Amino acid sequence: MEVIISTAELLTTDGIPLKQSLKKAERRNKIRAFFLVFPLLLFIVVTFVIPIGDMLMRSVDDSQINTVFPNTFEEYKKWDKGEDDLPPEEVYKNLFLELANGDKRQIGKALTRMNYAKSGWKSLIKKTSREIKKIVKKGEEPVSYKDTMIEINKFWADPTYWYSFNQMVNERSSIYYWNALDRTYNEEGDVILQDENRRMYIKTWIRTLKVSVYVTFFCLILGFPVAHLLANLPLRYSNLLMIFVLLPFWTSLLVRTTAWIVMLQQNGVINGVLVWLGILSDDGRIQMVYNETGTLIAMTQILLPFMILPLYSVMRVIPKSHMRAAQNLGAKPAMAFWRVYLPQTIPGMSAGGLLVFVLAIGYFITPELVGGKDGQLIGHWIAYHLKTTLNWGLCAALGSILLFVMLIFYWLYNKIVGIDNIKLG
Amino acid sequence: MALPSYASPVQRTYYYAYLFFCAVVFFFLIAPLIAIVPISFSVSPFMVFTEGMLTWPPDPEAWSLRWYKNMIGDCSADVVSSTVPCSKKWMVGTVNSLFIGIIATAIATALGTMAALGLSRPHMPYKALIMSILISPMIVPLIITAAGMFFFYARINLVYTFTGVILAHVALATPFVVITVTATLVGFDMNMVKAAQSLGARPIRTFFKVIMPLILPGIISGALFAFITSFDEVVIVMFMASIDQLTIPKQMWAGIRQEISPVILCMATCLVILSIVLLTTVELLRRRSERLRGIKSR
Repeated sequence: MEVIISTAELLTTDGIPLKQSLKKAERRNKIRAFFLVFPLLLFIVVTFVIPIGDMLMRSVDDSQINTVFPNTFEEYKKWDKGEDDLPPEEVYKNLFLELANGDKRQIGKALTRMNYAKSGWKSLIKKTSREIKKIVKKGEEPVSYKDTMIEINKFWADPTYWYSFNQMVNERSSIYYWNALDRTYNEEGDVILQDENRRMYIKTWIRTLKVSVYVTFFCLILGFPVAHLLANLPLRYSNLLMIFVLLPFWTSLLVRTTAWIVMLQQNGVINGVLVWLGILSDDGRIQMVYNETGTLIAMTQILLPFMILPLYSVMRVIPKSHMRAAQNLGAKPAMAFWRVYLPQTIPGMSAGGLLVFVLAIGYFITPELVGGKDGQLIGHWIAYHLKTTLNWGLCAALGSILLFVMLIFYWLYNKIVGIDNIKLG
Repeated sequence: MALPSYASPVQRTYYYAYLFFCAVVFFFLIAPLIAIVPISFSVSPFMVFTEGMLTWPPDPEAWSLRWYKNMIGDCSADVVSSTVPCSKKWMVGTVNSLFIGIIATAIATALGTMAALGLSRPHMPYKALIMSILISPMIVPLIITAAGMFFFYARINLVYTFTGVILAHVALATPFVVITVTATLVGFDMNMVKAAQSLGARPIRTFFKVIMPLILPGIISGALFAFITSFDEVVIVMFMASIDQLTIPKQMWAGIRQEISPVILCMATCLVILSIVLLTTVELLRRRSERLRGIKSR
């Protein structure tokens, strides 16, 4: 017998078809759910996502200088460098006028930017500006702006200064990214390596990666047995031992960093114990803090819980019978561990490893306090340019590169573990 | 996981080596936190174990509460030393930290709980995308967040204000609330909401009378996470706060950077005790939550 079900004929009490009514209810549910999420979403977008986007924009932004010298740059672009050594009269004229009439504060800001392109710009323009002001005051109009300016300062006849304009004439510039990788533009506008004594970022990037890899490795080596023990002990004991993992996890980062300074410094606890045991002589105390060793030790301890917790949660669900079965079938304990147990812990190792690695490359506080001179990670330079040199373009570029590296690893983490599987405590 | 009685001597050796290794790691994890406690009671202005502290019987001359007195702003003669001046900064910092922390926690908990309720509805559109945006402040390294926020808040004149710091802390703290409350809502029986509504309760009344009592442990855990996030946060405060917004972490940072004063260890000891209290509370709440939702404790 054939049964025909026709939903079109099912009506609600209002006389609206059921399907339509259900759809309407579902849409209302969706909107209601969305309205609950909306305030937070808006908040995070305004207070967090837009600032990060703003930073990304700033890393390529070169518009400030373009608003200060718009006409000069316009004329500069017309200059055929193959024909003349020096730019045409129009460029000199516009620069002259823009220096004479421009807002002093804006010019000052632009000068800082120009000095990144070529050192010497700042003093050249400052000296020239003073002379220009005098000429303007007298009310004279120079016959040739070019000659007048070269007369004021002979560097105006130096084409290398003019060449450096090349990297500033566009509103978008990749100079900060090149700087963040120890590179700069030469006079022809090609990318070259910085002078030897100004190369510090590549070195720091490499150190950041190196320290992160080491810390991840140490955390794995130290965390694996502990997670295994916690996962296999009876619950009473493992809950108790878990405190050793969770207490550092919950304690303020600054407290733990301070504690490591107390432990590791030259007259600190560890050196004291070693001297007391007679292993070290009193003047042979080891310098363990304010260098890379200090960074490594402190970061390993601080990030260890992030390795132990995911490993533990994976190991807890591996049936104990697997190892017994493998040994029953003739495998030696080592072989059983290697072939049966270890492969099952890979999800935990990759989750913990990626988490520790990602946290380590972005670390700032601990290396800053215990790292001394040679234990700094890239975060140090971001903070340095943000607060000390005020080279915000470079700061933003360093931050953007770091963010990009992070996102790659998080994407990996998401693929392997799933970001919503992050658990706390 | 005891060793079987038939274990060979080699296995025994491995087993004890393994236990020893674990003990060393546990020691490595906890020793620094323990070591600072006695030093905070030292007389010496340096952060070291002095000779007097190590002798037996204990030498009462070597121990004192002077740095604790210094911390709470007592400036009598036996409290200050030539290297450690007395200042009210620690107490000012505590007040500011509590002020910023409590307001940020209140906002973060309210926004986060609402969002978690929305995200747990079965019909939420673009769930994965929204979730990843909401927890991104937890993922991006603090130094990048600080740089981005500093640039942006400088444009709208919010740097060096309490408002700016609180907004930044709320953004950092909400992911923790969202994650904890969402986790509590897993397995929450939505039929109870339907039952309440079919009995005539409005959504707000349903929330306060039915949903909230059940997920309260999760909300409180989330709030504690949010509070500790704000209370411990130093990077944002370093860049976005002026001296008027001095907080405990900022003062500790200054203490480590410039003055190396033993008062830091007193504050550190207090913070360790605070974290023990919080840890215990969260653990008790977790158990209660599992019991409320009928999940059998493992």
